[in-house]
Amino acid sequence: MKIQGKTFVYGDDVNTDVIFPGKYTYEPMTPEQMGEHALEDLDPDFVKKVEEGDVIVAGKNFGCGSSREQAAIAIKAAGCRAVIAKSFARIFYRNCLNSGLFAITNSEIQEVVKSGDRVEIDLEAGKIYINGRTLDFPPPSSEVFGILRAGGLIPYTRERLASK
Amino acid sequence: MGKTLAEKILAKNTGLKEVSVGQIITSKPDYVLSHDNSSAIIGHFEKLGVEKVKHPEKIVIILDHTVPAASETHAKGHQKIRNFVEKQGIRHFYDVGCGICHQVLPEKGLALPGTVILGSDSHTNSHGAFGAFAAGIGRSEAAVIWATGELWLRVPESFKMVLDGKFGDYVTPKDLALAIIGDIGADGAIYKSVEFTGPGLFDMPITGRLVLSNLSAEMGAKAGICVPDDKVVEWLKGRTDADYELILPDEDAVYEREFEYDLGKIEPVIARPHTVDNLDLAKNAADVKVDQVLIGTCTNGRIEDLREARKILEGKKIAKGVRLLVFPASREVYVEAGKDGTLAALAESGATIMGPGCGPCLGAHQGVMAPGEVTLSTANRNFKGRMGCADAEIYLASPYTAAASALTGHITDPRSI
Repeated sequence: MKIQGKTFVYGDDVNTDVIFPGKYTYEPMTPEQMGEHALEDLDPDFVKKVEEGDVIVAGKNFGCGSSREQAAIAIKAAGCRAVIAKSFARIFYRNCLNSGLFAITNSEIQEVVKSGDRVEIDLEAGKIYINGRTLDFPPPSSEVFGILRAGGLIPYTRERLASK
Repeated sequence: MGKTLAEKILAKNTGLKEVSVGQIITSKPDYVLSHDNSSAIIGHFEKLGVEKVKHPEKIVIILDHTVPAASETHAKGHQKIRNFVEKQGIRHFYDVGCGICHQVLPEKGLALPGTVILGSDSHTNSHGAFGAFAAGIGRSEAAVIWATGELWLRVPESFKMVLDGKFGDYVTPKDLALAIIGDIGADGAIYKSVEFTGPGLFDMPITGRLVLSNLSAEMGAKAGICVPDDKVVEWLKGRTDADYELILPDEDAVYEREFEYDLGKIEPVIARPHTVDNLDLAKNAADVKVDQVLIGTCTNGRIEDLREARKILEGKKIAKGVRLLVFPASREVYVEAGKDGTLAALAESGATIMGPGCGPCLGAHQGVMAPGEVTLSTANRNFKGRMGCADAEIYLASPYTAAASALTGHITDPRSI
């Protein structure tokens, strides 16, 4: 699996309230509608500029705060395919993979990237190609690959059970 | 290279020779726990396209959050769960009145050393008190375990907390846990497994260990595991016939950070509103008047906790204008506290004795607050709005401090009584 796109660069401690505001959490919405509000209170331009395959790069503790699954779903529905951060809040990290959004832990890319730079990620190889540099990360297990390919934990499990 | 308790338990669970930090593994949890939220999990399960759960004997469902049902909506949720339990042949189902899931699961002998327990409740960490790897998961994840018996986990880094010395009078594991959270912050241990060990831990009864493991969730930890010893074996006697193994960390295990705490230096503390790491000494808050005092919850509703409250309150009357609510954590605790006179002593002092359950901790019923009110609670969360009113304040403390404060009507260091 390869991801290619441009980057959106943010700082430390981006919380789930600015990723997907609490006022929407109890409104029934499709993933597409959630995507329209992605990062609304952090970067209002994000949804205007984001295209299929883009990547978010951030600092430490990305996705802290509430456990709402919509935060990860909104980022993915907006078109983003991966988030690279120095560290992730635990539940958000799980929500990302379970929603089919790849979460990569890396502390080097922040030194060499600025918003809008092109990035390529090779998931099988565990490589990030950015501005002439190659950075490594531990590639995901085969199970996590399966979840990402299926588009999330529920569809992945449904397919697996159906094929038995 | 030596392995931590988390690495060794997860290796055993997956059948791998060893696992390492950062590795993603497929775990087969020994038990998957859920409570009233099982009705939402049933909704996710039904999307998976299977009729039957994979391992009905590994599913534990305990109704505790809004028991007895607080409304028709809650009652319908409970009804849906009972029907599902019946249809699926789920044996470990504990209905209204059995108690709080993090007390009942151990009482039934299901929290065993060296096992993996995953639960759709953020305080599932509690079961680490028995040397188990216990962690909270999401509802859709619980549904997937019901259907497949498996879930992916990332092997966490570990912190080591070495406890030494002895608590002073009226100082408890709750004060220690709040002090640790005050030190490292509410995000201090995100995604980590916090391993508790040392002479101070081995002196501590299981009740105290449950408090430490329970509050590891408020450090951001994935798990809070107490190194198991003979006290665990003793506690489990008569509760289980199952074989289990006391898995211990390697001497040369690698920890991301290590901490040492001298229990003799801990004092009665409180967490001020609205975060658990907003630490202060109880004696610094004598100006805070309390309207309601809550003794109970999955943190501090056990027999020892109720006896501590009795020690302060017996033969006295609580202050005028204070409402003291006592929730034994389980039916077992309720019966024991009834037989030894603790409940009568607390009631005579002015307490209202409630049934086993979570009570008002999550703000749904049984003691919801009004704007401007203050509750001093033995629970684990004091977030804004947690007890049902965003304009009320919640302070957290030990049962001793809670009882002493009920007696005076303001936050009180129990050593001053």
